[in-house]
Amino acid sequence: MNELPPDPSPDDPRQDPFARWRTATRARIGLGRAGDALPTAALLDFQAAHSRARDAVHGRVDFDAIAAQLAGTFAAPPLRVRSRAADRAVYLRRPDLGRRVHADDLPQLQAAAAGGAGFELAFVVADGLSAAAVNAHAAPLLAQLAPRLAGWRLAPVVLASQARVALGDEVAEALGARLVAVLIGERPGLSVADSLGIYLTYAPRVGCLDAARNCISNIHADGLGYARAADTLCWLLDEARRLRLTGVALKLDAPPASLGNSGTSITSGDIGSSSHE
Amino acid sequence: MALYQTRIGTRGYRFDDLKAVLACASPRRSGDELAGLAADNDEQRVAARRVLAELPLRHFLDEALVPYEDDEVTRLIVDTHDTAAFAPVADLTVGEFRDWLLSYDATGAALGALAPGLTPEMVAAVSKLMRNQDLIAVAAKCRVVTAFRTTLGLPGRLGSRLQPNHPTDDPMGIAASTLDGLLFGIGDAVIGINPASDSVPDTIRLLDMLDELRQRFEIPTQSCVLAHVTTSLRAIERGAPLDLVFQSIAGSEAANRGFGIDLAVLREGLAAARSLKRGTVGDNVMYFETGQGSALSADAHHGVDQQTMEVRAYAVARAFEPLLVNTVVGFIGPEYLYDAKQIIRAGLEDHCCGKLLGLPMGVDVCYTNHAEADQDDMDTLMTLLATAGVNFVIAVPGADDVMLSYQSLSYHDVLGLRHLTARRPAPEFEAWLARIGLLDANGALPPPARDARALRQLLALNG
Repeated sequence: MNELPPDPSPDDPRQDPFARWRTATRARIGLGRAGDALPTAALLDFQAAHSRARDAVHGRVDFDAIAAQLAGTFAAPPLRVRSRAADRAVYLRRPDLGRRVHADDLPQLQAAAAGGAGFELAFVVADGLSAAAVNAHAAPLLAQLAPRLAGWRLAPVVLASQARVALGDEVAEALGARLVAVLIGERPGLSVADSLGIYLTYAPRVGCLDAARNCISNIHADGLGYARAADTLCWLLDEARRLRLTGVALKLDAPPASLGNSGTSITSGDIGSSSHE
Repeated sequence: MALYQTRIGTRGYRFDDLKAVLACASPRRSGDELAGLAADNDEQRVAARRVLAELPLRHFLDEALVPYEDDEVTRLIVDTHDTAAFAPVADLTVGEFRDWLLSYDATGAALGALAPGLTPEMVAAVSKLMRNQDLIAVAAKCRVVTAFRTTLGLPGRLGSRLQPNHPTDDPMGIAASTLDGLLFGIGDAVIGINPASDSVPDTIRLLDMLDELRQRFEIPTQSCVLAHVTTSLRAIERGAPLDLVFQSIAGSEAANRGFGIDLAVLREGLAAARSLKRGTVGDNVMYFETGQGSALSADAHHGVDQQTMEVRAYAVARAFEPLLVNTVVGFIGPEYLYDAKQIIRAGLEDHCCGKLLGLPMGVDVCYTNHAEADQDDMDTLMTLLATAGVNFVIAVPGADDVMLSYQSLSYHDVLGLRHLTARRPAPEFEAWLARIGLLDANGALPPPARDARALRQLLALNG
């Protein structure tokens, strides 16, 4: 036997020359070789991770279950909207359609608009690119947020299917809400398929640029926890209300960690890397 | 004004302008549909190709797709066009040009001499008349050799970028992925990190670390931190050991502005990197990445189809004598290239068009999790590209980039491809692999024995 074992023990340095290196990275190093190819176990590990990511992209959010979970959290029942993308295949090809509310679903939003001073904040739960993230994290996160927002005039939660971040702009415009927070499934990677993001926009309207938003990303079991994410969002909400803006200017003096700006990142080499929504 | 019209059977087709002809002649892809530029149906697509086939190549010198006055990329293309080099094909139509490219007259030497005479629009146009097999056959005849510490693009060679990305730029994590790749013979084109942070101190820290690694093991290769060109300039000012200046580029002035660059800052980058004189066998010091859809995503495509805009980016690249250029073909997402069929086609187009313009073209054979593609499709594309003579491909541990969350080729894939297609690493790097004992008598790289010297030496590195 003069090849590396196909399934090296990660713990014993005598068995695994990569043992000390594995703790430094999640990268798939020291996989061994079957000839020039991946050993079977590593091959199937990869396929399992890819299948979870694919299933997250193509899965369905169980909005009925989320509505039921929210019943104890918010007084007003949630509203349901569709985007103009008829199905997942269209959604993936046509981001422009995923950013707009289906024409038939706008009147109910307009009917729900508050009179007088209007709503201060609307939550939109959007499927985005990971049904798994929304199914797992949307309701528990909102349950953490609700008690922190006692003084806020909240619009009914809107549950949106085949939706991208910018769909929240049109929803908030129809509801007459000053701020919109979109909870959305992020593009899955091989290591995490159920990561949720929150995009916050002040004075949302159709055509808002991404640079005008703030983003909290990486909410999942091994990432940002619900309580921390809720605290961060509440800090951003207070600042957004005080400064009357979101986006780059709000980021500048942001103290909490985990804050990011969703403006198109063009500085880190490869192009298109901001398309996490 | 030219009339762009033809008949297929009893139906007449008419196109408003040259942009419409090119866009409708493109193979179907989601980005052109998103932009509202694609053909309405397959017959219209072929009609556009018929119109295109009968257009004189010269016509592209007369009608600019993006106005000369508005766009410095157009000005670069027009002002640097080499009329003498163009002469051998000056009287051909686009269709005749395809036939000539495939003919025995179009040798590697002839194609190399022709490159400065071609504009990106001519090259994009002819590629739309070519099948995948044509794109492979023509690219395989082109030879573009560049050098820094290794010589890339030589016959019988296949280069590789080792991409040891880490989500927090952890030095031990990056070293782990790098050492693993070296044991597969990866990294002769470059060891190149996409940094999580674009700050100047972080960039310098990574450059120092890669340079120390390279010197400790005396590896004849070049390293690169793929930071913004302005970050690299600051790093050079502060004395960082920088081999290559990287930048993402696109095919219009406005799209480049979206990347925060113009031609002037690229010239600064070139001059600064050259001034360091760090290359040993050549002084190609620039590394560019491109990708179909980048102009549209910046809303800077001027109503031009994404493949033509991509080839215009190559005109930017060739002005800077780069060591490496690669398209990140499947990275940008399904709204531009929907599935494996579109990604494979685009990878072959980008490679062939880059080579025709004289670029040392590589490809990041890759896809995202929301595209209709998987590793089987990457197997297909990498094998086609090796046959087409691609200068280099990109590899990450186990095909999984844990920083950018997409899939490229694995170290295994590239090693297997080299053995399968009898293509070796760059000669300087190959000699190093032999020195540290990783190559067998036939020049192949078998699985190292547990007690192999290279394994012991490399993995004993103290982070």
